[in-house]
Amino acid sequence: MNVYINGIGCISPQSSTDGGLFSGDIKTYEGEFLQCIDPDYKLYIPPTMARRAGRIIKMGAAAARICLHDADLAMPGAIITGTGMGCIEDTENFLTEIILNDEKMLAPTAFIQSTHNTAAAQIAILLGCNNYNMTYVHRGFSFESALVDSMMQVDQGESENILTGGLDEMTPGMFAISRRLGIFRNSCSGHSALFTKKASGSIAGEGAAFFLLDGQQTSSSYCRLEAVEMLYKPDDEKEITGKILKLLKDHSLRIEDIDLVISGVNGDERFDGIYSSVLAPFKNCRLAYYKHLCGEYHTSSAFAVWLAAMILKKNQVPSFLLAHGDISTPPANVLIYNHYLGSNHTFILLRKC
Amino acid sequence: MPGRVFITGIGIISAIGDNVAETLTSLIIGKSGIGKNTHIESQYKEIFPVGEVNKGDHELAGVLGINDIREYTRTSLLGMIAAKEALSDAGLTDISKAGTGLISATSVGGMHRSEMFYKDFLNNHSKGRLMNIIHHECGDSTEKIADILGVKDFVSTVSTACSSSANSIMAGARLIKNGKLQRVIAGGTDSLTLFTINGFNSLMILDKNKCRPFDDTRSGLNLGEGAGFVVLESEEMVIKSGKKPYCELKGYGNACDAYHQTASSPEGNGAYLAMKKALDMSSLKESDIDYINVHGTGTQNNDLSEGKAMLRLFNGKVPPFSSTKAYTGHTLGASGGIEAVISVLAMKENILFPGLHFTTPIKELGMIPVITVQTNCKVNHVLSNSFGFGGNNSSLIFSQS
Amino acid sequence: MENLIEELKAEIIEVLNLEEMDITNIDPDEPLFGDKFGLSSIDALELIVLLERKYNIKIESAEEGKKIFHTVRTMADYIMQHSNK
Repeated sequence: MNVYINGIGCISPQSSTDGGLFSGDIKTYEGEFLQCIDPDYKLYIPPTMARRAGRIIKMGAAAARICLHDADLAMPGAIITGTGMGCIEDTENFLTEIILNDEKMLAPTAFIQSTHNTAAAQIAILLGCNNYNMTYVHRGFSFESALVDSMMQVDQGESENILTGGLDEMTPGMFAISRRLGIFRNSCSGHSALFTKKASGSIAGEGAAFFLLDGQQTSSSYCRLEAVEMLYKPDDEKEITGKILKLLKDHSLRIEDIDLVISGVNGDERFDGIYSSVLAPFKNCRLAYYKHLCGEYHTSSAFAVWLAAMILKKNQVPSFLLAHGDISTPPANVLIYNHYLGSNHTFILLRKC
Repeated sequence: MPGRVFITGIGIISAIGDNVAETLTSLIIGKSGIGKNTHIESQYKEIFPVGEVNKGDHELAGVLGINDIREYTRTSLLGMIAAKEALSDAGLTDISKAGTGLISATSVGGMHRSEMFYKDFLNNHSKGRLMNIIHHECGDSTEKIADILGVKDFVSTVSTACSSSANSIMAGARLIKNGKLQRVIAGGTDSLTLFTINGFNSLMILDKNKCRPFDDTRSGLNLGEGAGFVVLESEEMVIKSGKKPYCELKGYGNACDAYHQTASSPEGNGAYLAMKKALDMSSLKESDIDYINVHGTGTQNNDLSEGKAMLRLFNGKVPPFSSTKAYTGHTLGASGGIEAVISVLAMKENILFPGLHFTTPIKELGMIPVITVQTNCKVNHVLSNSFGFGGNNSSLIFSQS
Repeated sequence: MENLIEELKAEIIEVLNLEEMDITNIDPDEPLFGDKFGLSSIDALELIVLLERKYNIKIESAEEGKKIFHTVRTMADYIMQHSNK
């Protein structure tokens, strides 16, 4: 059964809630990491929920509501999320309280809000949704696991109209740790030129993107979500390329049918070489990057899917995405290839509907 | 038409035993593993009893033949031991022959090591041993398990609080029914941490004594740790191998209570929906269920709402039931997997395990669990409940095949 | 006593992050856990922590807390009776 993306909602460091990005409104940042543009959360979340909600919960709930509104749907048939690190701010807050207060007089809110499935749960409470509710937390596979689960359920008729999201937040504390681990550079300054100035480490970002997935095409469908695959610890780059080629073959596509590749290149010279090597057979395809816009985080491919869905619906490839190729022909088949620190490799195929 | 999914291997480690055989012995003789906290340095060490695995990290690593434990959190070590036992129990020596995946679950991940890091990091961001924070997130323990088992075809992690590993079993079954994989090792692992001890204490739901699930005088839960995994195989694999599975995973259901972040709705709506979904999928009648391994944490809220949901679903005629958390403690993300293994043992041995420490039924319910071990029982169909924060309610039904 | 009531109102708003409220629209005799404020059992636990941190009064159980937090006035009464200050 085909799976369609029938609604989207995206909170990111770019103008993704009002479509401004596609009009050329590109935001640039100085400072440590790219931060999401917060909408007026009061529009999406009642005060009773907002007062306790950490930032990632607000981001997720707002993106979910925008998505449902976009799909003209009040109640999803399931809510499935993926997050790499979960509710970091609340986790830090509770840990801090434990240490500073020597385990005494601890207020419970930060603890209960720190569980990884809080976003999915709070969205369900907001909507009064008793349906299937699931959260995957596995590094660069988090969002893709949610997509795979959703697609299986649509395919088997187990659920329909599935609200599927990928979300992660960045905090100063987590940035400090990640920087010490060499994952990120000291600042995100110059991130627009991320790929011309390679260095050790990428730039940090965050985001929340939700999609309404269903087996029925509607007048507002963005595209078809054709396939999602994950590859764990491949032996070498040949294996990764082989996986992509098999994916295309299984969907009756040739390399030349792919008219846009969105690559997860992130400016980290230690790992970016993998992309050029793996994507060598696609050297004549139009190639786009996205992490200069949203930064690197475990579920950044959700932002890439948002971009791809918008591109396929608008029949327009913004020039500021392109590494090479031109914007003249609208794409019909988009391949997203991303990996997280060279270990979790994911492939998402989207097609015009 | 989705195919059938069978359980061909089980593995477990918890406060009541380091493997399946020890666990079964403890269950039969009524030996609870709840006792003094010896591993976690906490203000509450002498106050709250816990269900600890009786081996330190070095000993656990020793079981696995690992010398350098710096790369391994306690959560990883527990998970690796239980998952290895499950794989071996299923008689699988070469998993590359058929598409095999791993879906693990955890709620705390490497938090115990993160806590150590944070003590130093908090006041000075250049301090704290990076080796202690690098294993924090949930995927870390899963990948350690995948690597020791040699699983590569599909690797992921579920984290939905206390229903996590029931959900990972469900996700594993779905992958098989969709034809994506022939086998999935599914379950979960969690270890005791300062974070969870303090978290549950801030909610005032920890018992200073051994917990009394479904008892009128119950006053909270005891935290526990451990890991439980099952090997799920497709019907095709079972027929091909000629092995006799333990049972079939006949039904499952997940529903969201959508009421409150931590408390269950008074009528246990989410619990009712999850159990009903599982029953509907299994095509069994309520009267077919021979035993319910309830979530039964021993908190005022859970046991009352779960009990009400059971009375509603079974029209007042609730089958024999018990919570085995009085044996193991509440093992959080591992509880679904651990209790799946216990449910399989109940069927294999035709034994009903008791709800320990029970004396008085909850006034509003009048429900009495299994009180002493019952042998030679007909245990053909078992329902296992796991309910987590965020109203995440999951139920699994296992049937003799 | 009236000072304590006003002080408590401000504390409650801050601890429970009741952004839409200020001390003028909290009636000290309005049930805190009725329909007006939309408070839940978690808020009761937060108030228990408030009493311990600010007023050095330890409440042993959530059930005990429910009675004490019936209204702002009952909270103030309890603090007056049990305060070491």
